[in-house]
Formats: sequence, C-alpha cells, structure tokens
Amino acid sequence: MNGTRTIFKRELRSYFATPVAYVFIVIFLLLSGAFTFYIGDFYERGQADLQPFFNFHPWLYLFLVPAVSMRLWAEERKSGTIELLLTLPVTMWQVVFGKFLAAWTFIAIALVLTFPLWLTVNYLGSPDNGVIFASYLGSLLMAGAFLAIGSCISATTRNQVVAFILTVVICFLLLLAGFPLVLDFFRAFAPQGVVDAIAGLSFLTHFASIGKGVIDLRDLIYFVLMIAVWLYATAVVIDMKKAA
Amino acid sequence: MIETRQITKRYGDLVAVDGISFKVESGQVLGFLGPNGAGKSTTMKIVAGFLAPTSGSATVAGFDVETQPLQAKRALGYLPEGAPSYGEMNVREFLNFIADARELRGDARDQRIDDVVGRLHLEAVLEQPIDTLSKGFKRRVGLAGAILHDPKVLILDEPTDGLDPNQKQEVRTLINSMARDKTIIISTHLLEEVHAVCTRAIIIANGRILADATPAELEARSRYHQAVSLTATSVQAAKEALARVADIAAIEVDPQDNRITAFPKPGRSIFVAVGDALKAQGVVVRELALEAGRLDEVFRTITLGAVGPEART
Repeated sequence: MNGTRTIFKRELRSYFATPVAYVFIVIFLLLSGAFTFYIGDFYERGQADLQPFFNFHPWLYLFLVPAVSMRLWAEERKSGTIELLLTLPVTMWQVVFGKFLAAWTFIAIALVLTFPLWLTVNYLGSPDNGVIFASYLGSLLMAGAFLAIGSCISATTRNQVVAFILTVVICFLLLLAGFPLVLDFFRAFAPQGVVDAIAGLSFLTHFASIGKGVIDLRDLIYFVLMIAVWLYATAVVIDMKKAA
Repeated sequence: MIETRQITKRYGDLVAVDGISFKVESGQVLGFLGPNGAGKSTTMKIVAGFLAPTSGSATVAGFDVETQPLQAKRALGYLPEGAPSYGEMNVREFLNFIADARELRGDARDQRIDDVVGRLHLEAVLEQPIDTLSKGFKRRVGLAGAILHDPKVLILDEPTDGLDPNQKQEVRTLINSMARDKTIIISTHLLEEVHAVCTRAIIIANGRILADATPAELEARSRYHQAVSLTATSVQAAKEALARVADIAAIEVDPQDNRITAFPKPGRSIFVAVGDALKAQGVVVRELALEAGRLDEVFRTITLGAVGPEART
C-alpha cells in the first residue's frame, strides 16, 4: 500500500507542477458551464435540477479524459523514466493503481469545482439533492472507466497522440454501444445474445440510469468492473512489453 | 553479488544478448565495454529487472530478479541509460520521491539525502526543476537517486556520459570510494575510465562476451605491450641503432610527429637493450618510454573479430 501512496503522491503533484492541471480544470469548467447554459437551456427549462449539466459529461469526458490519460504511460516510456519507476522496489500493481488513482483524484477535483452550479440550482429552487449526488457519483465512476481505458492504451505506446486518438475512439464506441450506430454493425453477423451483451456495455445507458437518482448495484458493479478489467489489462500490457 | 547464467534476449529474429554468464563479487567494479548496440544496456536492464530475459536467469545479492523481484530491487541501485528523471520535479522532490519508494524514514532518511546531496554537489540546485538543469547536473541527480539507499549492488549505465572532465573525475572518485563494500557494474565507452575505476573488464560485442579480464591483462594483449617509443633528433640514426637489437620484431615511425615505436618479439623485453643500443650509437634521444599497452587497440582488435582463440572466454 505504501508503494501505491508514493506513486499517487508523485503523480498528483506532477499534474499541478505542469500546466496540465490548470488547463484541464479551466477548460472543463468553461465547457461544462457553456453546455449547461447555452445548449442545455438551464434556465428556460424552468426546472431546478442539474440534468442539463450532467447530460454533457459523457461528451466532455470523451475528449478531456483521454487528454489526461494519454500521458500516464506513454510519457514515461518516451522519457525513459519508466525504467526508473519499474526498477524501484514497488510492485506493478502499486504503480498501475497509484497512477490511476492520482489521475482519478485529479478529475474528481475538477468535478468538485463545479459546485457553484449546485449552489445556484439550490438558490433558484429546491432540487432533489439525492439525484444530484447520484449523478455526481455516476459521473465520477464514468470518468474512472474512461481513465482506465486510457491507461491501458497509453501503456501500449510511447506516442501520446496515438494514445489519445485510440482512447477517444474506444471510448466513443463504448459510449454508443447501446445505439444503432454500433449495434447495427454487430447485428450483421453476430447472434442476438452477443448484440444484447454489447448493448449492455453502453456507458450512456448505465450513466443515465444512475443519473435518475436510482443507484442500482448493477450500474455500480458495471463501472467498477470496467475499471478493474482495464487496469488489469494495463498491467498485462506492461508485463508483455517487459518480456517482448 | 551479481550473477547471470546464460541470459539471452531475443527481439524477434534479432539476438540482442546471446548467452551471457558472469559473476561479480563484492568489492569488484566490473566495466562493461563494447560497441554501441553490443548488448551492454540490455544486459544491465535484465539484471536490474526492467526487462525479462528470453532465457537464462540473473540474481542480485542472491535474489532471483524474476522470482524475487522486490528483494532484488531493494538491494540494487540502478542508473538507467541517459539518467532519466522527472523533469517537472525539483531535485529535492525527486530525492524525496526515491526515498519514499525506498521506504527510508526518520533520521536515516535525512542523513542519506544530505549524504548524496553532499557527495554529488547538488546543494545549489536543490530547489530547481530538473528540466532546467544542465546535462551534467541531470546525470548527477540520477546518480544521487541510484545511491540514495546505499545499495549493496550498483548498476550504472554510462555514469559519466555528458560530464565535463572535472565532473568525470569526481564521479570516478565517488565510485572508487564506494567500491570497497559494494558490487558495481558500470558501462562505458571511455577506455580511460576502465583504468580509473574498474578492477575487471568484460568486452561485449554482438551480445556475446569476448573478453573477461583485468584492465592490465587486457593491455598485455596489446601489441604495444612492452613496446618502446622514442623521439630522436635524427630518425634515421635511431632506426639504424634499433635495427641492431635482436629482440625487436618491427619498427614503426609515426609520419606526423616522427615518433618511433619498436615492437618486441613475443614475450621479450627490449627496453634495456634499446637504451643500450641508442647509447652505443651515440643517438641523441629526446624522450624514451616503455608502453603499457593500449586498451583502445585491444578493444578494436577484439570487437572487430580479429582475435586469436586465446582471447575468447
């Protein structure tokens, strides 16, 4: 556990030692605000809730999270520090998990900084704060899943641009897994069971159901499993590179 | 102690390391020599536990690097090629990070950090981001990280690369001062470094060990070993005098500075005979020297493959 904490501390601090953190947080807050008020018709809807705010999170994350995750491993490989990191007396798991947790915490900080919106909606009316809390939780879990995917992709390459693009594409497919764009492709050759399974992988479906304020164990498990599987894959990829 | 048994590393069809076995004891400083791409760094990466060998095994301080990686890594200090470090951190943060990862605590921790900062003269740059440091300082920061936990075993991949002559000298002094109770492997392109710090040298080319000997033994393989070189006012007179010495196998004159080198027949010593012959002929000699042997020449002969069977181990 000590190893995880050491890696976590170093990683999180490094976000704030570079412009990455500030650029990310400012852009995230600006875009989420702009989407909420201009596209989401926050006022015009006449309802005291944060639905228009959370609706855009999947699409914001689609581009912003890969921008955070692309550097997780690719940068270390490019600069050679991965050699330093993996010859320290820490286990592969501690490194993979420590890095992921740092990135996740960083996104959580950005998410927490959207609190003025919550204050606003509470000032204007009396929203269901349980639903808002559930939506924040769902949003954070979804960000974690995006991050875990990005971590795995970043481990496969030393090129951050490649990591970014591949992560966006995979996240996009998973977002839309429940929609005709993706399902029609599989319907052409896969049996109905497989198509249903793929539809069940959709980020949007699970995020939307948490956002209704019903924290269903299945949705939680879905995101936690998604994170665990992709982090496991990250460790496998790094091990493969070691033996390659 | 470091021991490798028949380690081999293949990348597809390319064999980077081909059955390398060696054993280094405590108190030894082993120099890895070899052309670029010879397999030096790959071998070091395998021993450090960063790469897994295709076959064979390596132990560090008695721990197998693959089956007991944590114990092996605890005993080891490793400076990777190019001395990578986190550029956005300042030197103090970087050393603190290494100390955390090495689980150094309390007074021992402060003492170790002070010690390496002092030894590598990092006091003035402690608060500076590593990205803004010169190449020499970056290398020293990397070295400081590698020796921070006072490891029993040290592997340094080109520790003096990018340092100026004074800094090189300091790092060599540092390695010498640590050598007594540690097992150290360094890789280098600089043959004078082998002289300055190594008690033993291994020459690697194409992934194989071509020679494993002390620097003095390697020099003895040079054709300059026991040769006599001199400069005289009259090259012609000196050559004539040397022609009378029976044990001389060949005489060469450097066309640039007219330096004459006389090579002895195998196993013969000619220094005294040369001196006598020159004196007898009344040749005025400005300088006369006995050559120890030239490592660069030995290195070239061995790595270019023009070696007799006795050079292979």
